Amino acid sequence: MKRLIVGSAAVLAVLCLLSLAIGSRAIPLEQVVRALADPAGVDPETAAIVGGTRLVRTLVAVLTGAALGLAGAVMQGLTRNPLADPGLLGVSAGAAFGIVVAAGVLGVSGLLPSIWFAFGGAAVAAVVVYLLGSRGRGGASPVKLAVAGIAVTYLLDSLTGGIALTDPEALDRYRYWSAGSLTGHDAGTLLVVAPFLAAGALLALSTAPALNSLSLGDDVAAALGRRLALVRLRGALAVTLLTGAAVAVTGPIVFVGLVVPHLVRTVTGPDHRWLLPSSALVAPCLLLAADILGRVVVRPTELDVSLVAAFLGAPFFIALVRRRRLAEL
Amino acid sequence: MLELSRGRLLFRLTRPPVSGVLRLRLAAVWLGAALAALLALCLTVALGSGDYALSPRGLLNALLGEGERADLFVVWELRLPRATVALLAGAAFGLSGAIFQAVTRNPLASPDLLGITQGAGAAVAAGVVLGTGAGLGLQTLGLAGALASGLAIYLLAWKRGTTGYRIVLVGIGVSWMCVSLTSYLLSRAEIHQAQRVLGWLVGNLNDRGWAHAGPPALALAVLLPAVLLLGRLQRTLRLGDEVAGGLGTPVQRTRLALLLCGAALAAFATAAAGPVLFVALAAPQIAQRLARAGTPPVTAAALTGSVIVLVGDLISQRLLADSVLPVGVVTGVLGAPFLLWQLARANRTGTGG
Repeated sequence: MKRLIVGSAAVLAVLCLLSLAIGSRAIPLEQVVRALADPAGVDPETAAIVGGTRLVRTLVAVLTGAALGLAGAVMQGLTRNPLADPGLLGVSAGAAFGIVVAAGVLGVSGLLPSIWFAFGGAAVAAVVVYLLGSRGRGGASPVKLAVAGIAVTYLLDSLTGGIALTDPEALDRYRYWSAGSLTGHDAGTLLVVAPFLAAGALLALSTAPALNSLSLGDDVAAALGRRLALVRLRGALAVTLLTGAAVAVTGPIVFVGLVVPHLVRTVTGPDHRWLLPSSALVAPCLLLAADILGRVVVRPTELDVSLVAAFLGAPFFIALVRRRRLAEL
Repeated sequence: MLELSRGRLLFRLTRPPVSGVLRLRLAAVWLGAALAALLALCLTVALGSGDYALSPRGLLNALLGEGERADLFVVWELRLPRATVALLAGAAFGLSGAIFQAVTRNPLASPDLLGITQGAGAAVAAGVVLGTGAGLGLQTLGLAGALASGLAIYLLAWKRGTTGYRIVLVGIGVSWMCVSLTSYLLSRAEIHQAQRVLGWLVGNLNDRGWAHAGPPALALAVLLPAVLLLGRLQRTLRLGDEVAGGLGTPVQRTRLALLLCGAALAAFATAAAGPVLFVALAAPQIAQRLARAGTPPVTAAALTGSVIVLVGDLISQRLLADSVLPVGVVTGVLGAPFLLWQLARANRTGTGG
């Protein structure tokens, strides 16, 4: 367990350095370290690239990655569903739709106002998908939730398409959000989203003991004194905060929240007190690795991180579907 | 010999030696849907795309090949091809949805939720943005993409046979890969390329000519009889894989053949009209509900699909004449509440998966 945390922290540090070094202009690692330690000691251009654009990009990847990993782990625990992921279950699509409506219909611009629309969209989509997917016999089975999630996602996409088609300006923003991008942000972006992400993370981590009791089944959890409705509300609030803020910055990124908890669980076991923080540590590694890979494979241009994440994640999802009997977690 | 019981007409003739069950309600639905499709077709041709007004008599004359040249041109070159494409694509979507829903035994499993149409979209986006296969045209690209993703779904879901739920989930995985590929391509595209791809991605009947009607007509002519012949085997599949196998039905081969037909129909329809959302989902369910049948009735579903696309296109042309909303947005927005209701209902009855 300790090894996982130390190991992934080390990997994360290395990936951060690589993320600062690799790009359209490669910068040697020792230059990167020097630019961070003493910006005046290197030439100003290098200092600007490393300390400016690439540092912000790396921090955005780390923060949103952690948010998505946490959100996925909480959703999987909350729904006892191995296929839960904010992207897959329509939460990210809800957030993106909220932003597109704000931008295209209401003419809202700027990150802070649109974040609130992202929260609204994420929350509504999460509730709708969960209610639709959990009705009837068998409760919220993986297939039912996944179908409800994909259906709501396509529903929102077709509405988004309608808005985008009638308004070229909205189309431009839609392309930006739907691509899921880490670039084009400044330090101000981080300052705006950091409080929301921090609140979401604290809320998520505080649900860990409750999620542990929930994994024993609703009846046992209730017998242990958990108030189920309250636990679900707290979890849903955490997922909404984390996903909404992450999507507002990067656009929807799928499968990071699905893959990471599964990888982590093989080491930590099902204890959410370990699973949640470890997921928050491993997910940024995955997102950063995807981002770096996207910069390397199609030089001189770049692949967007959401594409790389989906391409690495979807095969994992298919393998998961093939391997497991999809019993509830 | 004739026997009438609870809405069913059992008949057995000695010469010619034919026997069967005629379900009156289904027959009524079939007739009703056919009439509605014909009516919608006439309305679409008559009201058609624009300001050139035709009297009913002028329309009839033009249809018979008489009358003024302008009338003939408007009817035969502009409005009838578009309406025909709508009719054929709608029928193919409805049929395809009926097959997918029956095979996966999930009323929500339609080609647009399983990645078939998304495969077409990814191929079209790749063709437009990257310029690969530029000589092929959007139709062929869409067709190739849809067939490829259908095949990929089947192969990936194969594991000592396939099951309905694995096809559904693998389809969702494949559709995500296609969606992300498409949005990546969109993010790279020039604005005019993006508008062209996005215009195709929501299902559009503008500028459709007779050339667009040929492929789906051919596909329907070949695949509809095949589906009807496979229907007998399909009915035993409803009893479960073991029972069907015990009754001598080749379970996996029947399922593969049906899925191939369904994917091909969705592919041809998507290639002709773009991915017109929710038609494949809604048409079989509406037909099934009207006929009070246990599974989606195939031909009635096809007719219902035609009516939906024709009426949707009519709405997009007439009611929203000033905007540029294509038929796919109309069916998407009208289909949205239906989809939500259907989701809620399917899960209440425990058939959602």
